[in-house]
This record gives sequence, C-alpha cells and structure tokens, in this order.
Amino acid sequence: MALPRITFTDLEAPPRHGPAAFSGYEIDRAYDEMFKSAEHPRKQYRELYAHLLNLRPDELRRSKTEADQSFFNQGITFTVYGNDKGTERIFPHDLLPRIITAAEWEVIERGLTQRITALNLFLKDVYHDGKIVADGVVPGNVVYTCKHYRREMRGIRVPRDAYVTVVGTDLIRTPDGKFVVLEDNLRVPSGVSYMLTSRRVMKQIFPALFRKCHVRPIEHYGQALLSTLRSLAPEGRLDPTIVLLTPGAYNSAYFEHAYLARQMGIELVEGRDLVVHDNVVYMRTTFGLQRVDVIYRRIDDDFLDPLVFRANSALGAVGLFNAYRAGNVVFANALGTGVADDKAIYAYVPKIIRYYLDQDPILDNVETLLMSHPLQRAHVCDNLDKYVVKAVGESGGYGMLIGPHSSEQQRVEFRERILAEPRNYIAQPTINLSTAPCFVDGRIEPRHVDLRPYVLYGENTTIVPGGLTRVALRKGSLVVNSSQGGGSKDTWVLQN
Amino acid sequence: MLSRVADSLYWMSRYFERADNAARVLEASYSLILNPAKFSTDERWYRAVTLLAPAAASDGIDAQSALFHLATQPRSASSIVSCISAARDNARQVREEISSEMWEHLNRLFHDVSNSNIEMNDDAAAMRLVQTVREGSYRFHGITDTTMNHGEGWHFIQLGKYIERACDLCLLLDAYFSCDSPADDLDWVGLLTSCAAFEAYCKAFTADLRPERIAEFILLQPDFPYSVRYSLDRMHQALTLVTDLSFSRKTGKIDRLIGRLRSAVAYVQIGEVMRGDLHRYLTDIMDQCRELHAAVHEVYIEYPIEVAFEG
Repeated sequence: MALPRITFTDLEAPPRHGPAAFSGYEIDRAYDEMFKSAEHPRKQYRELYAHLLNLRPDELRRSKTEADQSFFNQGITFTVYGNDKGTERIFPHDLLPRIITAAEWEVIERGLTQRITALNLFLKDVYHDGKIVADGVVPGNVVYTCKHYRREMRGIRVPRDAYVTVVGTDLIRTPDGKFVVLEDNLRVPSGVSYMLTSRRVMKQIFPALFRKCHVRPIEHYGQALLSTLRSLAPEGRLDPTIVLLTPGAYNSAYFEHAYLARQMGIELVEGRDLVVHDNVVYMRTTFGLQRVDVIYRRIDDDFLDPLVFRANSALGAVGLFNAYRAGNVVFANALGTGVADDKAIYAYVPKIIRYYLDQDPILDNVETLLMSHPLQRAHVCDNLDKYVVKAVGESGGYGMLIGPHSSEQQRVEFRERILAEPRNYIAQPTINLSTAPCFVDGRIEPRHVDLRPYVLYGENTTIVPGGLTRVALRKGSLVVNSSQGGGSKDTWVLQN
Repeated sequence: MLSRVADSLYWMSRYFERADNAARVLEASYSLILNPAKFSTDERWYRAVTLLAPAAASDGIDAQSALFHLATQPRSASSIVSCISAARDNARQVREEISSEMWEHLNRLFHDVSNSNIEMNDDAAAMRLVQTVREGSYRFHGITDTTMNHGEGWHFIQLGKYIERACDLCLLLDAYFSCDSPADDLDWVGLLTSCAAFEAYCKAFTADLRPERIAEFILLQPDFPYSVRYSLDRMHQALTLVTDLSFSRKTGKIDRLIGRLRSAVAYVQIGEVMRGDLHRYLTDIMDQCRELHAAVHEVYIEYPIEVAFEG
C-alpha cells in the first residue's frame, strides 16, 4: 500500500519509513560518495538523503520513467542493430545526483589545469624540438612509437600552441577518498551533451533540491566552447566562420554533434559539405561557397583527409591537411594529440608536469607498469589476476583485461598478447572505484562510478563545474564505459 | 545555409506530405468500401491502391493485405510508415536546423507508428494508425510554423511540402476522372475527403456535387490549402524569397519554370480544361514540377564548383 503523501506540517516529523529506502545498501571497502558509514551521510548529501527518505516509494520510479521518456523523445538514443527495425534505446541514466563539494572541486580544477598546461607544452615540444626526449625524461622509443603519433605534424605551427582545446579527463576516487587521474582523453572526447541534457531533466525532477543545495551551473558550456574556438581563428580573420565537422547521422555521437552545433549556433558540416580550393576550405551553401576558418572536428585524425591519412576515408575532405599546414584553417583539437593520451605516455605525465612546470602534480596518477619494461612485465605476467591490463592506443573500454574478474583462458590469451607486443600494453593494479547510490530495479544500491570533467583550453582555461559521472550499472562491475553496459548520472558541484 | 541541409529539409517535408497524402486517401477510400455500391467495392479500393502503390497494384495485391501494406509495411517504400521514417531520417540529418519541438514531435510520431505492431487483419488498428498520422501531420505543420524562424530553411520546407502536394493532387484527380465506370456521389465525396476539401467545397458550392465544380475547386481554387493552384502559389512564394536571399545565384531558369507553371492554373477556366484533355493537362503539371525540382537542385544543392568560383 502506498504511504500518504507528506504534507507541509509533516516535515518536522521523523521520516516516514526511516532508512528503509536504503535498506540493502551495503558499503564495502570502496569509498562511498554518500555515506561515511551506514545511516551517516556525508554533509554534502544530507539534503538529498532527507529528500529520499521522505519520498513515497513509487515516486522515484515515476520520476525515472519520466526522465527516460524525456531522453527518448529528445532522441538521445543509440540504435541497437541486429533486427530490421533498428530498435532504439536511450543511454541508461541514473536518477540520483553525484555531489562534489566546493573544496574537492577546487583541487580538481587546479589539478586539471596544471595537467593540461603541461600536456600542451609536451605536444608542442614533441612536434618541434623534442627537448624532453633529448633530456632523457621520456624515452624517444616510447614517444615515437605511439600509435597516434603523427609525423606529418612535425614543425607545424599551431595557433596559440593550443594543441588540445577540448579535454575529457577520467578521474576516479580511491578508497582513501582522493581523486586520481585514470586516463586523459585528448583526441575527440565525447559525452558532454549527456552532462548538459541530464542537468535539464534533473532540474525538472528535483527543483526543490536544486534550490536548497546551491548547485553551480554548467549551462554556459556552449558559450565557453564557442569563445574558445573563436580564439583559435587564423590571424586576420576577424569574424571567423566556425563549423563542427561530424562523421554524419549514423555516428553514435551524432546527437551530441547536432546538440553542440545548435547550442553554439554554428553549422554542423559533413566532409561532403567541404571543398578545398587553393588551400582554402569552403563549405557548400545555397548562397555559393563560404570560407571556413575553424573546424571543431569530431572525426579521428585518420579520417580527416584521404590525401594524407587513410586513402579510403569518405568522412573528411580532400586537401584539408594542406589548408591546415598553410595556416588557412584551424582544427580543434589539433592533429596528433593522441600521442599524449597514449597509456604508456600516461605513466610519464607526473615527470612531464615536473619537467615543464617545475611543480609537483596536484592530481596523482594511478600506479602504472609498462610492459616494455622487462622486470615489470615479468611481475605482471606472473600476477595477471591482480592487475588491469590495457592496450595503450585503445579507448572506450576495449582491449582490456580486468584480472580479478577474468577467466584462466582470458589470462592465457592476454599473456601471449603482452609477450608478443610488450610496447602495446600497460598494467595497473585493480582499483576499487568509489561507489555512489543508484536507483536500480526499484531499489537504491551502490554502484561504482568515475568522473569525467571537460576542460576547455584556449586563451584561458575553462572547466565548467561538473562533468559526466559514469556508472557501472552491473552490480560489482568496475567498467563504466557506455559501450560496456555503463550509464551516467548528473554531477553537482556545490557553491560552498 | 548548407546545401545539404536545404536538401534534407526539402525532403523531410516532402516525405511528410507524402505520408499525409497517403493517410488522407486511405481514410477516404476505406470508408468508401464499407458501403455497398453500384460498382464493386474492389474497384474503388483498387483505385486507391494503384494511386499509392502502383507496383503492388499491378502485382494483384488483395484488398485485405493492401491496407496492411500501405499503412504499416516498413519494407514497402510507399507505405505510410516508410514515409514517416524517411521524413525522420532527413530531420535527423538537420537536427541543429529545425526546432527541438519539431524534432520531438516527428520523433514521437515515428516511434508511435513504427512500434504499433499491427496484425494483418486488424483493420481497426490500421485505421487508427492512419488517423494518428493525419493528426500528427496537422500538428507538425502548426509546430513548424510557430517554432521555426521563417527564413531560408523554412522556405525549403514550404517548397518540399507544396511541390509534393501539387503532384499528389494531380495524381488523385487523374485517378478519379479517368475512371472507366461512371462515378457516383459517394465517389465524389471520397475525392473531396481525400483532399480534406469536403466541407470547404460545400461552403463554396453547397452539397450539390458536380464533377466540373469539384475539379475546379481542387485545381483552381486560390484560397484552399489543398488545391493545386494554392500549392503552386506557395511554391512560387517560397522560391521568390529564396532567390531574394541568394542574390548571387543564377536563378533565371527557376523563375521561368515557376512562372510558366503558375500561369497554367492562374489564367485558365475550368471549362477549357474539361473540354480538352484533362489527363494530359494534369500530366503536364506534374512534368513541370519535376523539371522545377531538377532546376532547384542544380542551382542550390549540387552546383558545379567551377560555377561557384565564376560567381
């Protein structure tokens, strides 16, 4: 039987069904975002806790249905292939916000700014003088063997030396409550549209909570991105034309591309809309050809220009790279930035920060063992069940072995792969990601989460306070990638 | 505006209009065959099927599966479901260009019709789907007109809608007037309902149904949205506004074609048309529409690069 609705006078009374909403919420060794211990929520979660205790049991379920319907109608979906109807599903979204205090955020913000500044300097160095290699800080055989190193970029001047304009860095929280960096995404990070759309939906569902909690806004992301892109325009182009280059409507991130283009009021172009003539890029409009100055490209390096990279790519446009080299058009992000998010380079980032900035890293790395190192390799191969092994050039949770959850057969396979191509693998100890309460199957249960804030690097560095909290929706799972059964939840950064 | 975007807006709108047309024709024809009549119901049904899916008709599809086929079959290109799906596919390519309200409405309509899971013999369910589409179409026009900037993109949407409507109306008239068996009042009601014109016709001419007046109303009436004349006027308006915006383009051919097409309905009297060859007259309008379509495509969408640099 449903409980009667709480009226105003009931607010002082003890919660209707006490911590029953959280019965079955088990806290294990992982850091829990919400609870210090059972029934003792952290300070920043108190409003949410009280709110949840006072909800009627079916209310969350109804809100969940409402939210899912809203995502579905907006077309924030991906297509499940395999039947001729092309069933569409929404990306799983969890209703309960993840809350970060102002103090925690301040550290994240400083740490990310420091990291991106250093990585930009690193990219400039790698594609020009290579001092860091000459000084023996990062070995040349690691840098120049990166899958995403682009020798075509050597000596090319990049406007404002801003190689990486948009970054999505994956942070996790270790059992001691510290945020550490798990991965840098410096190529074409995605997911920011989920951050923005989920906020809109959450405001409809928890209006009162927003008012009480003083959540910092993130809605200005579009303007911030636009002004960052504008600051990259080639010299002398006072009113630059900025476009977003998408692989097209069948790309899984197409919703995001269209969404961002609309938020910024810029054209969403495909490769076939672009024409290069005398090293100048134009787009084909009903008024004739119009010059393009800055391209926010959401296509990988390999597909941008069939003359220079993959010859069979139909996604880019012929001649784009020459126009880029001539300085007539700017790409954001620049090409070849993938060298700095290679997982073997990742192991050197603390050294990179010290080398360029002469500072200690504010955000730590996860301990990383390089399989190209004989001793480390031998140790990991003997203890595969304790480590997470990753292919260095992959992302999205592909090419990965999670030791504790693996079968003997998988470990044998991975051992062979590591021994065959040591440079291609790194290993990290299995880290218990922090847990946060999620509304799953009608109950509130802890699930492992990470955090991907988005950093914009141009004239100045902007990080909108928030990000994408990704959730491993399967119980006990540590994999948060959307391609592997992950979902997302809104991230609230508090004012104070 | 990007040429590709203009093209997608145009086709989004055309496919939507095509679905709307199919829904109106099916609804009217289905209600016709429920009546006992002088000439066999099969023939009436066959007329509708020939109109909407000539290929299926010549394969000798039976009445029962025809409704199913025309309304719900995603594999048949002419079905309502396919047209809505094609409209949505085009809208998806230009999501940043249309308003969120338009997209959400079209998206919801698509999911409603494609998840309807109608059984072969469930006519009532099929007709409900047809009605959903018809109402969805009126709503879509309303949402489009109220939530989208009436700029270039909107003009391409208008162009797509009315070029499709003009052609569909010509085909419909041709099917009813070229019938071998003599048509009765019920048929004329069917024709008028197929263009949502029954009430409007009665207001103009009372319920006295005369073939010549009906033809006049659907062909030449300047104020009625489902008339050929009205459609061509709107096309003319849309093209003039697009031409004004893109002063640099060479639009002489388009001006000439739309001017000629309009005068074919603006300066003619129904008597002349009926005394002459109506079939040829209608075919001629459709041919000119096709020519106009090709000219628009050549000037705005797929122009050669050399031409662009001469400009």
